[in-house]
Amino acid sequence: MSADGRTNTGTERIAAAFAVARGEGRAALMPYMMGGFPDRESSLAVARSYVENGADLIELGVPFSDPLADGPVIHAAAVQALEAGTKLGDVLAICREVADRVPVVLMVYTNSILGGAGPEAFAARAAEAGACGVIVPDLPFGEDESIRAAMDAAGLAVVPLVAPTTLPERRDEICRVATGFVYLVSSVGTTGERSEVAADLKELVEGVESKSEVPVAVGFGIGSPEQAATVGQIADGVIIGSRLVRIAGDAEPGGVAEAVGSFMTETAAALAVEAASSRTVT
Amino acid sequence: MSRNVAESTAGELPGRFGPYGGRYVPETLIPALDELTLAWAEAREDPDFTERFQVLLRDYVGRPSPLYLASRLSEEAGRKVYLKREDLNHTGAHKINNAIGQALLAKRMGKPRIIAETGAGQHGVASATACALLDLECIVYMGSEDIRRQQPNVERMKLLGAEVVPVEAGARTLKEAVSAAIRDWVTNVADTHYIIGSAVGPAPFPELVRDLQRVIGDEARDQALQAEGVLPARVIACVGGGSNAIGTFTAFVPDEEVELIGVEAAGLGLDTDKHGASLTAGNTSVLHGSLSAVLTDEEGQILEAHSVSAGLDYPGTGPEHAHLRDIGRARYVAVSDKDALAAFRRLSRLEGIIPALESSHAIAWLLGEGRVGEGDGGYDVLCLSGRGDKDLAEVLGMEDIQ
Repeated sequence: MSADGRTNTGTERIAAAFAVARGEGRAALMPYMMGGFPDRESSLAVARSYVENGADLIELGVPFSDPLADGPVIHAAAVQALEAGTKLGDVLAICREVADRVPVVLMVYTNSILGGAGPEAFAARAAEAGACGVIVPDLPFGEDESIRAAMDAAGLAVVPLVAPTTLPERRDEICRVATGFVYLVSSVGTTGERSEVAADLKELVEGVESKSEVPVAVGFGIGSPEQAATVGQIADGVIIGSRLVRIAGDAEPGGVAEAVGSFMTETAAALAVEAASSRTVT
Repeated sequence: MSRNVAESTAGELPGRFGPYGGRYVPETLIPALDELTLAWAEAREDPDFTERFQVLLRDYVGRPSPLYLASRLSEEAGRKVYLKREDLNHTGAHKINNAIGQALLAKRMGKPRIIAETGAGQHGVASATACALLDLECIVYMGSEDIRRQQPNVERMKLLGAEVVPVEAGARTLKEAVSAAIRDWVTNVADTHYIIGSAVGPAPFPELVRDLQRVIGDEARDQALQAEGVLPARVIACVGGGSNAIGTFTAFVPDEEVELIGVEAAGLGLDTDKHGASLTAGNTSVLHGSLSAVLTDEEGQILEAHSVSAGLDYPGTGPEHAHLRDIGRARYVAVSDKDALAAFRRLSRLEGIIPALESSHAIAWLLGEGRVGEGDGGYDVLCLSGRGDKDLAEVLGMEDIQ
C-alpha cells in the first residue's frame, strides 16, 4: 500500500490511538520490542501478543550494532538479533504484520536511516510497511533536517526526545515542531529499569505539556505495572522497554508470547485501575 | 585547488567540517556539549588558561619536541626526512597534549570526575597522568581483551590512581570502550567530563582535540622553516581516530604546496575484512556521535576493524579528515600489518628509535609506496606519534624479531 493510498497519515493514526486511551480516562500503553529478538519468529509472536494484550502503540526497535542510548538489556538484544542475521527488511516485515491493528513507531538509529539508499528510501520503505513514525535516539533536535524532511514527506511522524537535562528554551522549541508525540526521557542515563520513578517527573511532564500540542509519553526506567500506573497518572503515554525485552529473552522457547502477554495484561489493568481511582477522587 | 581551503575547513555549520561531524548523540548530552563548546571558546581566549597550558606543555610534557633530521632513514627514503619526536613527550606519545588540555578545561568547568577510554592504554595513561597532576578522579574504560594485551599500561594507570573498568561488550576493544564511556557520560553528565582520546566524537570534541594537538604542527612548521628555509614537500602521519595527524596537518593546511599524507591501517589487506582503513575503504556513516568515514556494512551496521596496532584498530576516524579527503587537501593511503612490522624493525636499526606500531605505518609508507627517486629535492616531515616500548610484548609474541 502506498502512502497516497492510505486514508490517514502516520501522524493521524498516532493521534487517534492517544485519543482512544484518553477517552477511557487512562494513559496509552506503549510497549517496546526489539525486532528479531530473541529470534525472528518469537519476535513476531511478541508483536502479536502486544496487539492482543492492550498495546495502544508499539515501538519497534531496529537492531543497531552500537546503540549509544541503550543500556545493557536492549544493547544485548540488538547484538543477538544482528548475530541471527536480522535485517531492516525483517523488522519491517514484523511492522507490516501488525500495523493495521496498532500504530507502529520505529525506534531506529541514524545509521539505519543513512545506510542503504538514504533517508528518502528508508522513509518510503517504512511507510510502505505501515509504520506511523520514527524515534531516532541519536538524532537530537536540529541535527539533521534532511532526515526530518524525508519522514515528513512520507507522512511519518518524527517523535523528538526531551531529556531532564534539556534546557527550557530548547525544550519549548522541540515541542513546537514535534509530530506524533513527545518522548520524555524520565531520568538521565541509558535505557533500563530503575527502582523508582524520578521525583521531579511531574514537573518535567508539565513543562512539556504546556508547550506541546501533541501528547507526552514517558520512557526510560519504567519496569513494573505499579511504576507504569504512577507514570500513567502524570503522562499521556507510558513506554515500557527493557523490562519487556528482558521477559522476552528469559522466556522458554515457545512461551515468549505468553510471558510478555501476561506482563502486558497486568500493566494494562494497572493503568485502568489507576484511571478509575483518579476519576473517583477528582 | 579552486576552493579556499581554510574557509571550507571552517565548516558551513557549527561543529561541521563540510557535511561531516555534528552531534549524533542522545538528547541528554546536548546541554553538556553546549556547555563544553562555550567553555572551550572562553578558555582558549583566556590568557591565564593558555599560559597555564603552555607552561605545563613546556615544563611537564617537555615541549617543544625536537624535529630530528633522521639521516640514515633519509638515505633509505631517497630524500631528507625529519621526524617530529612526539615519542619523547612525557608518557611517550602525543596523547598527553590533549589529556592535559582537557583536564585543565574540566578543572575550569568545575567537573571533578573524569572519564576516558583507551585501546592500547596510551590515552588512558595520559589521562590518568593529567588527573593525578590536577587532582581529579579518573575512570578509564578499557576493553577486557585490551586489558589482557596491555597489562603494563593497566598497572601504570592504577599506580597513577585511576580506576580501570573492563568492558565486556562486542570484541572487547576500543570501539566498545568509547561506547561505554559515552554511556557513563549520559548517566553522570552533571559532574563528569569525558576526555575523549582522539579527534572523534560529537562536536565540539573533534575541534577541541585538534586545537589541543595543533601544537605538533605549529612547532614542526617553525622548526622545519628554521632548518631548511622552505616548507616541506610532504607532511606524513598515521591515522586511526586521527588526532596526531590533524594536529600535525593543521598548521600546514593553508600551505597548499605542502602535500598532506595520512596513513591508515590496511591490516591483512584492503581486499579482506580485516583492516582499519575507514577513509580509504569506508562509507559515510555515524560512529560515536559524528558523521564521518566509517567501516559499515550495506545496512549501516558498524564493522569490527583490525590492525596489528591497537591505536589504529578502530572502524571510524575524525570528521575533519573525511572533509580534507573530499576537498582534496589531504591524501589517505593504507599500509598492511606486515609492512608496518617491517618498518618497526627497520627504524629501530636505522636510527636507534623504536617507534610505536601506529607510527610505524607512516614509516612503512615512506619507505614503500611513498619512496621518491634519488635527487628529487625537497624534504618530508613525519610525525613519530609515539614510542614503541608498549608494543614489544605484542610484536615478540607475533614473530621472531631476531
